[in-house]
Amino acid sequence: MNKNYTEIIKKNQVKPRYLRKSIVAFVTGGLVGVVGQGLSDLYRYVFHLDKNNANSLMTVTLILITAITTGLGIYDTYGQFAGAGAFIPVTGFANSMTSAALESRSEGVTLGIAANMFKLAGSVIVFGVVSAFVLGAIRYLFFH
Amino acid sequence: MERATYVFDRVYLKGTGTSVGPLEKQGPLGEYFDRDYENNYCGEKNWEAAERRLLSDAIIIAIINSGLKLEDVDLIIAGDLINQNVISNYAMRDFDVPFLGMYGACSTSMQTLLTGSIFINSGMFNNIVVASSSHNATAERQFRYPTEYGGQKPPTMTFTVTGAGAALISSIPSSIKITAATIGRVIDAKQKNPNDMGSAMAPAASDTLIRHFRDLNISPDYYDMIVTGDLSQIGSQVLLDIMEYENYPINKLHHDCGKMIYSEDQKVFAGGSGCACCAVVTFGYIKRLLDTDQIKRALVVATGALLNPMMTLQKETIPCIAHAVAFEKCEVKP
Repeated sequence: MNKNYTEIIKKNQVKPRYLRKSIVAFVTGGLVGVVGQGLSDLYRYVFHLDKNNANSLMTVTLILITAITTGLGIYDTYGQFAGAGAFIPVTGFANSMTSAALESRSEGVTLGIAANMFKLAGSVIVFGVVSAFVLGAIRYLFFH
Repeated sequence: MERATYVFDRVYLKGTGTSVGPLEKQGPLGEYFDRDYENNYCGEKNWEAAERRLLSDAIIIAIINSGLKLEDVDLIIAGDLINQNVISNYAMRDFDVPFLGMYGACSTSMQTLLTGSIFINSGMFNNIVVASSSHNATAERQFRYPTEYGGQKPPTMTFTVTGAGAALISSIPSSIKITAATIGRVIDAKQKNPNDMGSAMAPAASDTLIRHFRDLNISPDYYDMIVTGDLSQIGSQVLLDIMEYENYPINKLHHDCGKMIYSEDQKVFAGGSGCACCAVVTFGYIKRLLDTDQIKRALVVATGALLNPMMTLQKETIPCIAHAVAFEKCEVKP
């Protein structure tokens, strides 16, 4: 391939707007945190649940909201706008599972939905378990 | 450089058929498409079935528009983007006609057309239907993420066109003649970004264009219009710059199907792509321009990125190809 073509291609690339995207992600991701805190406080002080139960129920609520908005075709539009703000919180994890499940619906329940549900989320779980093991081992060896 | 352009003397574009999804209908070329659907399911229960329906529609409409019957068709050549060409293969269950399946990624529209043209010109076939299809949702699933996945897409990404285009080519004279075709070479411009296929495909398009002009000893302005398949915003500019650098400027003649099919306010990132992109624009819009004498000669270059997600993950660069077919308006002697 002619070297000049590589230069021509390089010249025409558009620069991603990192700063703008970072700010949007910070604000939208932060808002998810605020909503989560609000829900947690609601369950704790209005419904008188203890702290652990209130936090679990808050996570479940956010997952439910994401699953419904994913099914309604809203979450991917929001994800395009919010970027990491939609991807990093627990909502991103829920969306990756729901969208994969929806997509595989036509192949049946077991080999379609169930088998493909963790297609995207699987890597998060693998790294979650591996890092929990490594950090747990460090903690046991050095701080026990 | 060896010769790669073939000149035909008895191949005519008799009739075409196009069928599209809702977004394509709402776009600037909406009025040129024969059939459209209100949603992406096209009345079917899944997206693969929807794409099959679009393909069958296009083939049937092309035969009807040619004033012929299915029995008159000697061969159907079709292709799509989905695993093992299943859309075309499965759609062909309903057609009792000899069939050849083809894969050329988004260059399939012109790959099937040029293959059909060579067959017709050989004198062994009289009427051949060539067709190609793509569907936004089936392609997303095949090449990217689930459709409802909320990951952010970069502005260089293209949006797969939902639709299918078919053409009936024939040895029986009609007003549009297929005059020549250039078969592309696989060109790897050392690009790795699967979200920017336009940049990767532009060098393949320029290679085919330059060989077409050299083989026929013509300059770009021989044509009234030079149309590329789906380079879209970024790739089109790369192509124009390469052609300028190679001393074949095409700035005034160049159009890109990926840029034409959607309007600025439709959120499609860098523009349209997919087998159907070049097929529906060529067989819908360009054909109409030739029919109504707004242009006399058009060169269509369909570009294809020959990747799959496995190769991308194995850190391979993206090989690309482009095939060109020339259309000319002619006088039909009664």
